[in-house]
Amino acid sequence: MNKIVSKEKFSENVTKLVVEAPLIAKARRAGHFVIVRCGEKGERIPLTIADSDVKAGTITLVIQAVGDSTRKICALEPGDSLTDVVGPLGQATKIKNYGTVVCCGGGVGVAPLLPIIRALKEAGNRVVSVLCGRTKDLIILEKEVRESSDDVIIMTDDGSYGKKGISTAGVEEVIQREKVDYCVTIGPAIMMKFVSLLTKKYEIPTEASLNAIMVDGTGMCGACRVTVGGRTRFVCVEGPEFDAHQIDFDELLMRLRG
Amino acid sequence: MENNYNESRNEQWRVELRNSISPKDRAAIERVEMPQLDPSYRITCNEEVNQGISEEQAVREATRCLDCNNPQCVTGCPVGIDIPKFIKNIERRQFADAAAALKETSSLPAVCGRVCPQEKQCESKCIRLKMKQPAVAIGYLERFAADWQRNSGTEETVKMAPKNGIKVAVIGSGPSGLSFAGDMAKKGFDVTVFEALHEIGGVLKYGIPEFRLPNAVVDHEIEGLRKMGVDFQKDILVGKTITYDDLHDMGFKGIFVGSGAGFPRFMNIPGENLKGVMSSNEYLTRINLMQAGRGGDTPVLQGETVAVVGGGNTAMDSTRTALRMGAKRVILVYRRGESEMPARLEEIGHAKEEGVELMTLHNPVEYTGDENGRVCTMKVQRMELGEPDASGRRSPVPVEGAIDEIPVDLVIVAVGVSPNELVPRSIEGLEVSRRGTIVVNDESMQSNISDLYAGGDIVRGGATVILAMGDGRKAAQNMAEQLLAK
Repeated sequence: MNKIVSKEKFSENVTKLVVEAPLIAKARRAGHFVIVRCGEKGERIPLTIADSDVKAGTITLVIQAVGDSTRKICALEPGDSLTDVVGPLGQATKIKNYGTVVCCGGGVGVAPLLPIIRALKEAGNRVVSVLCGRTKDLIILEKEVRESSDDVIIMTDDGSYGKKGISTAGVEEVIQREKVDYCVTIGPAIMMKFVSLLTKKYEIPTEASLNAIMVDGTGMCGACRVTVGGRTRFVCVEGPEFDAHQIDFDELLMRLRG
Repeated sequence: MENNYNESRNEQWRVELRNSISPKDRAAIERVEMPQLDPSYRITCNEEVNQGISEEQAVREATRCLDCNNPQCVTGCPVGIDIPKFIKNIERRQFADAAAALKETSSLPAVCGRVCPQEKQCESKCIRLKMKQPAVAIGYLERFAADWQRNSGTEETVKMAPKNGIKVAVIGSGPSGLSFAGDMAKKGFDVTVFEALHEIGGVLKYGIPEFRLPNAVVDHEIEGLRKMGVDFQKDILVGKTITYDDLHDMGFKGIFVGSGAGFPRFMNIPGENLKGVMSSNEYLTRINLMQAGRGGDTPVLQGETVAVVGGGNTAMDSTRTALRMGAKRVILVYRRGESEMPARLEEIGHAKEEGVELMTLHNPVEYTGDENGRVCTMKVQRMELGEPDASGRRSPVPVEGAIDEIPVDLVIVAVGVSPNELVPRSIEGLEVSRRGTIVVNDESMQSNISDLYAGGDIVRGGATVILAMGDGRKAAQNMAEQLLAK
């Protein structure tokens, strides 16, 4: 059992939970995820770790309520507990000084992007973050992202905040004004697909973090398989990040559709 | 192993019991048949198919055992159970003593009595076979004694050595880990088992279905280990949550890796990533561990026409699970013939009784999907048997041009598993084979790192529950000697 220490509602469907998990807090690196379960009959849900506090022994998770299980998790209050939290899972992000890096996060994908932004900044990169959402309320963690970014561009589909337009417009703006050496993108699969197509055109190496369907999260079930460079890979153990230009996004989108 | 089968055989009561009935009269008794649920009923529910034999049947079956002078059955048992000792205790109706005799060597008799391939092990060595008669039903008797103990409500008597204060860690709570844990606890060690999943039991929980091995049976055996002082820590993935070095810092002097072969194999054919094509691991885990379709929150795809690819026990479990999930037609597609199937005969028989269609000498070559990306047909290549391959089985060869297309809406791929490299890869300097298995000394189960032992599928790459348990037992014996010699 892992106790909820605090809770913050970012928007109607997006909730931040700080959860007791001392071993994971200590072991995790940017890019890692956990699997959580809520209730004795609960589903195993993969969630990327947004932050951790080794001293307090906590990790931060940002959850978007999209189905029954995520709604149940979002309904938890401080003092309640998650039945299980296991991790950190997956491979950590490869952090080094690339030069200038564009970090493009869409919706709740900004949460797992935050530790990557921080680590890239710490490694000496110039970090330009592009945060995207359908509308103003869905832009999350802006303050935290600004703290570790050299520049931040905000894009909303409806123009209610920042610039009006989709993620690719924001990324292309950066590419056209300065030399970009590397790109990281986390968000809805459809967004990552188009960011990837864009950076491919400009030949900018790009990593995408995939949110595949999983059961165990340790390589056992194969539900998370994705085709990368023509080869089937398991997101849970070999990912969640892959070379975006090699990912078969259409297959991923098809597999994610219920 | 440490057993002295003659010592128990020469006890006064055994001699008297042996002489009370002539071998001829014993030989005249026919082998018991396992009472089973009716196929038409059992596919509507999840109840255990084999109902277990009654006390009277057990005593009568035990009487069939000739209590040989040089029992061969014991040589067929990977953990070296004193088989005649437990059987003769059943014959004299000392059922608790029979159960205790099992527990001396096996941590999971109620499990082994159900899932061991006895016909290839202990029973294959039974003297009655040489007499052209069916072997003594050792597996049924093992299950009977273990079930009797569980249902009697009495406390088990397990001989425990005094605590020695030495801490040992087990990675993985499947059959090899549980067997190791039980033996080490009995030898006085302080045992902690680390499990990555949220349930203890490994493949016994996520893999083998309820109708073949009820979870309550597994839980009872685990509870027994808890009572012996074994500590279980779930949701901990060694190599990720804590490292091998952390285990040393935590004071563990010996480590046993029984992390299993959890990596499902696929065939790398077109359309294999369509929705509705999944590994047997995924299908069975969703249903067995996560209770999909049985009140759990986890979903599982349903199919009207389900194809299962493979010929092993996992393939059989998948076909029979699909029937119970409501499939109208279940087809088992296997590239060799029925007699080449690695599954137990009993499992093949049960599947056929339940209505599973066998499509042998066929191999899938492609799947096609509908407009939503859901699998809708399967192309199968007809095969014929050619020359024997390395496994001694005749290898399947494609019949040129003979390709059929069958409509399916769910495909379960059960063509084997590879070792899960997650744990071995996290331990620096550990010798791992090209296949990804941990390399150990066959006799001691010790790896190239002196305090690290391993067993089960992470060493074998894909075997049975009982072989995994045998490994755990051997590792315990050798690690205990190593640690106590210090």
